[in-house]
Amino acid sequence: MQTLNLNGKPVAVQAEPETPLLWVLRGELHLNGTKYGCGMALCGACTVHIDGQPTRSCVTPIEALGSRAVTTIEGVAQGASGRAAAAVQAAWIARDVAQCGYCQSGQVMAATALLAANPQPSDTDIDQAMSGNICRCGTYPRIRAAVHDAAKSLSA
Amino acid sequence: MQRMLTLIAMLSCIATASAQLAVVTDRATDTATDASSWPPVAGVLRHPRCMNCHPAGDFPRQGDDRHRHQQLVMRGAADSGVPTLQCSACHQTKNSEDGKVPGAPKWHLAPLSMAWENLNDAQLCTALKDTKKNGGKNIEALVEHMVADPLVQWAWAPGARLSPTLPQADFHAAVRRWAAAGAPCPGGG
Repeated sequence: MQTLNLNGKPVAVQAEPETPLLWVLRGELHLNGTKYGCGMALCGACTVHIDGQPTRSCVTPIEALGSRAVTTIEGVAQGASGRAAAAVQAAWIARDVAQCGYCQSGQVMAATALLAANPQPSDTDIDQAMSGNICRCGTYPRIRAAVHDAAKSLSA
Repeated sequence: MQRMLTLIAMLSCIATASAQLAVVTDRATDTATDASSWPPVAGVLRHPRCMNCHPAGDFPRQGDDRHRHQQLVMRGAADSGVPTLQCSACHQTKNSEDGKVPGAPKWHLAPLSMAWENLNDAQLCTALKDTKKNGGKNIEALVEHMVADPLVQWAWAPGARLSPTLPQADFHAAVRRWAAAGAPCPGGG
């Protein structure tokens, strides 16, 4: 048994130490907001924050976490990045960013981390920070516009 | 008696010449050893497992064919990715279970001063030893880096990709042999 520091609370889990965090989140804790995409850290759908850093939960064994803070899409609005997350959520809705929506949990987590670290990102900053999050529907122009919108709302 | 003295003198000359020849031969052997101590080390340093993270540009490479790292991964100011797309977003302290996502402690790019792309053998050797480029490492520290650093040693346990042809223990021996020879570089650098 291991205790995770998850969304601001200690959570005991039964999974084996080498189990990827994504499996624990979805299979054991039923936090299904974090998506399984490729399982190989190639698509970004499984992005969570570990100590505020976007991290691919599909390749992160829980034994590697220690006491570091894990934040999922379910908890990001209440965490240290809550203000940025609220701005991202509002911008995403206003721009109607999502199409099929499958990648959007990861996109929101990546965008929130970006704005928390860099409240006024350039197009290059956005491209470099978000390039690991793949959208099969090709919503990239709306994602970039929504990140700029969120940045403006944060500076207002 | 005269013949005896002549014979002794001749034998003495032959012995002296033989001794001199032996010295020359030994020196030639030493020189050959010195000159031959670097290529086995260089051969490993040029392998994709090393070169992919010692690039001359702003991004890492990946795979045995050394293609540009997918997902527009960039070097970043601290050689570990851009602020919110760090190497650690995907690379853990060990390989993923299936070996497809490589991992080792402190996964990061070598600084630009340690870029090895586009260097010939002599330049690679000189750059490796240059304390202004190598992070202030003397030869002893270089040996330690190459035989003990976990990220370097990962090259021989790289998961679903090729290791250098030279086995790990042989590489360690080659590095130590090169250092013991005075860390010579091709062309005398």
